[in-house]
This record gives sequence, structure tokens and C-alpha cells, in this order.
Amino acid sequence: MEAQAEERVTIVLHSGDMDKVYSALIIANGALAMGMQASIYFTFWGLQRLQKGGLEKGPLSKMNFLGLGKWMVKQRMKKANVASLERLLQDFKELGGRIIACEMTMEIMGIPRGELREDLIDEYGAVGSYIREARDSSITLFI
Amino acid sequence: MNEIKVDTRDDACPMPADVRVDCRGETCPVPLVEVRKALRRASPGDVVEVLGTHPASKKEIPMAVEALGLELLSVEGTDTDWTIRIRC
Repeated sequence: MEAQAEERVTIVLHSGDMDKVYSALIIANGALAMGMQASIYFTFWGLQRLQKGGLEKGPLSKMNFLGLGKWMVKQRMKKANVASLERLLQDFKELGGRIIACEMTMEIMGIPRGELREDLIDEYGAVGSYIREARDSSITLFI
Repeated sequence: MNEIKVDTRDDACPMPADVRVDCRGETCPVPLVEVRKALRRASPGDVVEVLGTHPASKKEIPMAVEALGLELLSVEGTDTDWTIRIRC
């Protein structure tokens, strides 16, 4: 039934900016919806979004204006009925998406596993895990 | 006496939907994701009916159906008020 179930998209989410986290999750969910496998590697500022209570905390990548810009964009998104990051993340997991947390980032930033949403994380990995997966992926993105 | 005519062509007698997905008012990527969730839950042969208002999804749900190797039964309505039927 799922003819191309083995096709894969692998995303490195380096940014923790709200708009870029949206991009990563929307692309990944689109891939899952169209029958691909999808993984997101959360690293550097992106990993902070996996901290408990951290998902929606990212600033806008441009015109954040100390949060005013983000607030305005969020109002517009609400009006357009855009799904929350939490909903997109839950959908991502429900459709079989994998989340990998970068161990080096955890070390550098002093983030222990207990501060992360461990229930969502499938693997704690490093560059080797990414390369192994990316070399078999038809799409790989660095966001 | 009136003659009773029964039209059994597919388009005149659409099969009832087994699963209905209402994503009217939702925007990218929710319609696509909700369709995928419903297709995963449906059994082979089930008819899934999707109602939506998001213009891009009207084009993209059929793309997903093709990618998944399923059968697109119909796409009806306008870009901002459409119904798509899929057979698993």
C-alpha cells in the first residue's frame, strides 16, 4: 500500500528561532503525510526547543524587536488558524517521525537529559548518526 | 405507470464514506497531516472523504494520494470549499 515508505527526509534543526522551528516541523510533517520517513536532529539553539516548556520560546529570526515582532506574528498566525508548534510536534510523533537530540550540544550547554522532553526523544546521537541517515535520504536540510 | 429507472453508474451512486475528515478552516500542513492520520487508521478498501477550505491542500492531497499509491476517487467543489474522496 505504501509504495515508497522507505524514502527519507533528514533535517538538522540548528536554529531555535520560532519561524525556523515551524519550517522544520511543517516540512517534516508534509514528508510523513506523503509517505516518507522523517527525522529531525535537534542541535545547538534548536535543542533548546526540546527543553521542558521551551518549544514556543524561540524568538523570530528577523524583526523580533524584543518580542514585539513575535507577538505580532503570533497574532497573525492565530487569525490564520495556524497550528501550534506543540500540535505539529505531536502530529510528527504520531505519524512516526523520529527525534534525535545532539549529545554534544547537551554537554556544551549543560543540558542534562532530565531537562529535555525525554518522552519525545527517540535517540541521543552525534554526527555519525546524522551522516548514516542522511546518506540514505533523498532530502536533507539544515535549518 | 411510471417507469422506474435505477442508475448504477459510479458517479451517480457514490459509495458511502467509511471515514470522514473535516479540516475546514485548517491551514498548511494540517489538512495533509489529518488525511494521512485517517488513511493510516482506515482499512484497505475503505473510502475516506475529506472536507476542506485550504486551497493548496486541494492540489496537494491528491499528490499525497498518488505518492502513497492509493486511489483518488473524486475532487469536487471550489478551491475554498472542496471534497476529496480516496479509496485506501
